[in-house]
Amino acid sequence: MEHLEQFRQEVRDWLEENCPPTMRTPLVPEEEVWGGRNAEYVNPESKLWLERMGEKGWTAPNLPKEYGGGGLDRDETKVLHQELFRIKARPALNSFGIWMLAPCIIEFGSEEQKREHLPKIIKGEIRWCQGYSEPGSGSDLASLSTKAEDMGDHYLVNGQKVWTSYADKADWIFALVRTGPKEPKHNGISFLLIDMATEGVSTKPITLISGKSPFCETFFDNVKAPKENLVGVENSGWTIAKKLLQHERNFISNFGLAGGGTGSGADVVNIAKKYLGEANGQIANSAQRENITLHKMKEHAFGLTLQRSGDEGAKASAASSMFKYYGTEHNKDRYELMIAAMGNKGLGWTNEGFSDDEQAITKAWLRTKANSIEGGTSEVQLNVISRRVLDLPN
Amino acid sequence: MKLILTEEQQFLKDTAQSFARDKTPVTHFRELRDKENSQCWDESVWKEMVELGWSGILVPEQFGGSEFGMAGISVIMQELGRTLTPSPILSTSVLGVSVINMLGSDEQKENYLPKIVAGELTTALAIDEGNHHDPFAIDATAVLDGDEWVLNGKKVFVVDGASADSMLLVARTSGKSGESNGISVFVANKDSAGLDITKISTADSRNYANIEMSDLKLDQNALLGEQDLAGETLEKILDLGRIAISAEMLGNTEEAFEVTVNYLKERKQFGVQIGSFQALQHRAAKMFCEIELTKSAVIAAMHAADENSNELERLSSLAKFQAGETLHLVSNEAIQMHGGIGVTDEYDIGFYLKRARVAEQIFGTSEFHQARYADISGF
Repeated sequence: MEHLEQFRQEVRDWLEENCPPTMRTPLVPEEEVWGGRNAEYVNPESKLWLERMGEKGWTAPNLPKEYGGGGLDRDETKVLHQELFRIKARPALNSFGIWMLAPCIIEFGSEEQKREHLPKIIKGEIRWCQGYSEPGSGSDLASLSTKAEDMGDHYLVNGQKVWTSYADKADWIFALVRTGPKEPKHNGISFLLIDMATEGVSTKPITLISGKSPFCETFFDNVKAPKENLVGVENSGWTIAKKLLQHERNFISNFGLAGGGTGSGADVVNIAKKYLGEANGQIANSAQRENITLHKMKEHAFGLTLQRSGDEGAKASAASSMFKYYGTEHNKDRYELMIAAMGNKGLGWTNEGFSDDEQAITKAWLRTKANSIEGGTSEVQLNVISRRVLDLPN
Repeated sequence: MKLILTEEQQFLKDTAQSFARDKTPVTHFRELRDKENSQCWDESVWKEMVELGWSGILVPEQFGGSEFGMAGISVIMQELGRTLTPSPILSTSVLGVSVINMLGSDEQKENYLPKIVAGELTTALAIDEGNHHDPFAIDATAVLDGDEWVLNGKKVFVVDGASADSMLLVARTSGKSGESNGISVFVANKDSAGLDITKISTADSRNYANIEMSDLKLDQNALLGEQDLAGETLEKILDLGRIAISAEMLGNTEEAFEVTVNYLKERKQFGVQIGSFQALQHRAAKMFCEIELTKSAVIAAMHAADENSNELERLSSLAKFQAGETLHLVSNEAIQMHGGIGVTDEYDIGFYLKRARVAEQIFGTSEFHQARYADISGF
């Protein structure tokens, strides 16, 4: 404990000195930092904050020091998060590389891959995207058909990915490709790292119902990927793919409690009081008040379950599939309740007649509809719980 | 607050699990039901529980208890809930002990607590007067007449009221129905003149009574705590009762769910196990999620009670709400997924449904606690 308190003091002192003033103010969406070769910084202090945190390895506090991570244990990581939270520091870096890829490179990658990729991920120098889904392979991911032919020193990649988040902004892609066309479908898949600057890679944004385009189609047309960019063993990529999905699910399910990233810090109770009015300090509409109470109680119990799962550690009874399922369904519910409470003010599309916050909630409501589809649909999560946790037959 | 059990609490849970499995499997409950035993719990089983120290878990050490706290007694309730084991633990070891310990004078504690620990005295808390739990809706009156209290009024649905040696009677000494102020608690021997106890017959085949007080005369020592001022403490005592019964309901839920999932793996129709049908799988997976949430709410509430947290009220309501909702769902689905045998008396699963609905009513339904949670939270 003494060690931890000392560590806390060190963190506090370092943050005091190194966290720039504007990085302690609420995040505005256009100043979100994702790093990468082509990153543009609206606010120069975002860049400074990333450099300082990256140098320290604290963008990935629990990854090993030798690869550029923070080298902190579980308790130290918690202290760091608490101290960052205390000064309301903005995240120095958002990164699919850190959230999803890095843990898999640590577990399955070669020594060379670790040395090559991890430091760049942690410092935010390279931005990654995820090449999983294909037009014909959504929930049935293992049926994917993007093929990678063995050409001696490289693979020749041909095919198409879809729902690639921010592919148009990413530097590299971690992709599932078919290397064993004759093997049973799960056994012919490999996990391949591809530089998006390679000739033959192209992307095309997809416009969503929210009007935004966080996703792209990604095309591979005779793309040459060096052999050393295969992670793990050829045709054994499905194991890595599944492991990565677990990291992704944990990450998405935390959205359920984080407020869904509207940037407006919208709380459903405050929204309801504002737009429905108050009667004796209560949300004035009793039916909506009941619905919101139910929602908040489920949220409370779900939050306690995330906490309990952390406290139980390796013995945890709940599964990542459960968190993904429950967290995303809950998040959808929150936005339905929010726009219902706002009435006709919850349906704005542009600033003609609507405030920025109001439009942001409408757009966020539409965005949440994808939460229970991306990273494995709710139905797929329920399948996983049935089979893996409850051991029900196929 | 860590949402896990200490070694000591885990040990109590394991002990209770073996006890329930070996001494009081569901067949034990079935026998009691068929006997039409007016007490609905077994004297010799209770004696063994007393020997294990379960009667004194909330009792301070100076009165012979172990002070293992709400977490200790809740994990026992949870395991006993799995096999529907009836016992006076809720009415006596949780509510009786808490009323006397939190409201009573030193002399009253000395008088009652060691007897409860020794298994020589059981109690019942008589509070509700209407069709729905409403702790301050008290019309029963107590008036001081010379050096005697005179009580009049009625109480309904008193848990273990048909067997308790002493009644803990909640009555109004001032104010009007609905007010927290003006509520007092009295202790009376079951045989007192003017106290009429009638056993009622409920779907869960457990022990409840309606009580009439007609000029029930009690001496001044019968008052527990200060006149008029029991309301706030009583609410806290009820919260402990709510947490304990939530733990029991969690045990009911876990067992009903596991039995059902096992059935899905055994039962074959159309040549395959019915558990291979997605229509059933997804419903089972959703129940799993709700049970995980219930576990978290119950463990958070019992630790909050032991740590005297200012979140106790909210967490107790969350626990009773979540335990009620989940047991309601699981008890219904358990029947449906068992199909025909699920509605036969020969099969045990129906017991869980009947127990579920009664337990949901005790100390407030999910709707009651939803409203309470909203008020406390300022929604």
